[in-house]
This record gives sequence, structure tokens and C-alpha cells, in this order.
Amino acid sequence: MTTTDYDLVIIGAGPAGLTAGIYAARARMNVLLLEKAAPGGQILITDWIENYPGFPEGISGYDLAEKMRLQAVEIGLEIETAEVQCLNVSGDVKEICLKEKTITAKSIIIASGASPRNLEVGEEKFVGKGVSFCATCDAPFFRNKTVVAVGGGDTAVQETIFLTKFVDKVYLVHRRDELRATKILQERAFENDKIDFVWDSVVTGVEGFFGVEGVKVKNVKTDEEKVLKADGCFIWIGILPNTSFLGDVIETDEWGFIHVNTHMETSVPGIFAAGDVRSTPLRQITTAVGDAAIAALSAEHYIENM
Amino acid sequence: MTQNIIEIDDDSFEEKILKSDKPVMVDFWAPWCGPCKAIAPTVDALEKEYGNDMTFAKVNVDENPICPSKYGVQAIPTLIFFKNGEIVDQITGMVAKEKLEETIKGVL
Repeated sequence: MTTTDYDLVIIGAGPAGLTAGIYAARARMNVLLLEKAAPGGQILITDWIENYPGFPEGISGYDLAEKMRLQAVEIGLEIETAEVQCLNVSGDVKEICLKEKTITAKSIIIASGASPRNLEVGEEKFVGKGVSFCATCDAPFFRNKTVVAVGGGDTAVQETIFLTKFVDKVYLVHRRDELRATKILQERAFENDKIDFVWDSVVTGVEGFFGVEGVKVKNVKTDEEKVLKADGCFIWIGILPNTSFLGDVIETDEWGFIHVNTHMETSVPGIFAAGDVRSTPLRQITTAVGDAAIAALSAEHYIENM
Repeated sequence: MTQNIIEIDDDSFEEKILKSDKPVMVDFWAPWCGPCKAIAPTVDALEKEYGNDMTFAKVNVDENPICPSKYGVQAIPTLIFFKNGEIVDQITGMVAKEKLEETIKGVL
């Protein structure tokens, strides 16, 4: 059998990557988990999590990430901070190129997750100066101010409710006339008198000199445009997969999320995907950890049958 | 947290940062900020490597409102790099260790 540095390399240390690592380490596989920034992934920018079972009071995103990381480290999982640059997966030996070296593995689990999508209306120059994707990081800077939030899904509504702990008022701009968020979040949002809903509207620009001073919105039904005076703009309009290192070796859907079967196998034998990076109808911590357990088992079976 | 990362407040900012002989990296953070806590080990590791050539400092934005607002910090973590009292580079948000290391090397 060919020799490689590792049986399994897992890319990304969010809930999926950490879970896959826990399962693989318990299976006594020779496994390495690569993370480019810090273990936790998107839950680090989530203020409060109350749909992950086992925490009846809810738990902060950072605390849950830290617990998952500790559990993985306790079992002996090796975690290295490095960003994957590219994959070379044509043979039985998979090569993972990092900046300063190339490592080899028999199998790979891609759990690189996703990142918040930009509006692409020129707001990029205000990131860190009023434009934000992270309420738990930045909301306290907008104490007693007015902000705009954009989106209508779970993240947008949950984080908008969190914003109201600090701000005087938040305009929630959504392109439809109803929210997509889960009902319990909708109920809380509608009861919150700090939230002003701006329906059927999209953001067309962010105005300001040193920082955000106003957010331009357009009603998609009437084409009417107006500027909402605000000091901040929080954007939660969906996510894009973190797959820039992939090239075109693996099949994805039209948005770039990786196709897998029920065993989390991708189009390339020996490569598996789990969590937000895969094409899936629901992206939650609960679904990510489920994917990851299956992916780890599949990787183990793949190596046994090589 | 290593002791080699110095805690700065509004009062000591000018003396320790702006008048520093060495380049300084200032980490604006707060205890409620998960990503700030999450990048702390990375900053620690880089301090061990580059601490001789660059001063590593941190400012708790909750306790020190003046210097964050002076530098327009409205998001954390924000890392601002100073050389001879002037801003030479800035990073906002969670960042890959390699990107941060590149920025440090660029400043040095």
C-alpha cells in the first residue's frame, strides 16, 4: 500500500471539521485537521445558539466552538493552522498544497464551510467602518444609534434581534413581503418595537464619507428609492462556499457548493465533503455534525478497501 | 495570553504606541467578542516569533472608548499597525494566520 503523511486530512475546523476529526481520531486514524484562521468557523460570528440540542439555555457561538475544539484535542486530534492553496487528487495519493509544503493523504474531507455574501453595491469600502457581517463583534459600537440590517432568513432575523439590545432602531430590509426565518424568530422580531420592517426592498448603495451615514434602498415593486439614515449596515443575505482552492476537480452545483451522495462522497473517490460547503437544503450546526460523522466513517471504509 | 503582549489604555496609548521605537501591532478587542478570543492564540504565536522586532499590544475597547474612536474602529477584531506614530496597515475581522504573518513581515 502506498505511504502517505496521513490517512485523512480534514480541511476546515468548523463544527463539521471538528466532528469529523473527533470521529476519525476515535477510530485511531492518522488524521490532520487544517484550519486557516481559528477553530469554530461561522459559529464564532454567531452570538447565541439555541437550536443545537443539549444546551437548554442556549450557548454562545464562541463557547460552543471552544467546547468542540477541546473535545477534539482531548481525543488527540492534531490541528494545524494553515490555509490550503490547492489540491492534486488525480491518483490514490492525494496532495494538499499549503504555502510552505505539500502534504499527502489517502483521503480528504472538505469541511471548509461558507462565508457571508456581499451586497456588491460598493459597500466593501465601508467594511469595518459601519458595514458588518457580525453583530456579536460589532453591535456594541452602535449603542443608541440607528442601523440597517439586510436579509430575511434565520441569520438575519436572529442577529437583528440581537442588535436591538444595543441600537435605538434597526431597519430590517428584505426583498420579499414576508420573512423566510423560522417562525419562533419571526414572532420575536414582530414583537420587538425597535425593529422597523422595510419590505419588498433591496439595498442599492451605502452612503457616507468616513463611515456609513445612510443606506440607499429601492422598493422592487414600485421602483421608489430612498435613503435610510443610519450609522451602520449589517448584511445577512446568504453565503458562498469557501472553495477557492478546489479548482474544477470536484463536481459542484451552480453556486459552487459540492455535490455529495448519502455517504458524503464527492465525484472524486476518496474525497468527501461535509457541512455548509456541500450542496444541501439546510445549513445548521446540527446538519454539519451529522454530515461529518458519516464522512469520517466513509473515509475510514474507503481506506480499508484501498 | 503571554505577558509579552502589553495592555494599553487610552492614557498610555500615545507613550507606548505612537512614540514607540519599534513598529507596533495593536489588537482592538473586547471580552464579549468571540472572534477576538478565537484569534488570540494566533496573535500569541506570532508574538513569540516576531516579538523582538515588533511590539504587540492590545486595547480593550469596552474600557477605553477614546483611542478606538480616534482611529475609526467600528468592528473588532481590528489590528492596526503603527510605525513612527503613523498607521501603516490595518486588518479587520478574522484573518488567516498566513495573511497576518504576511502583513507583519510587510510592516517590518
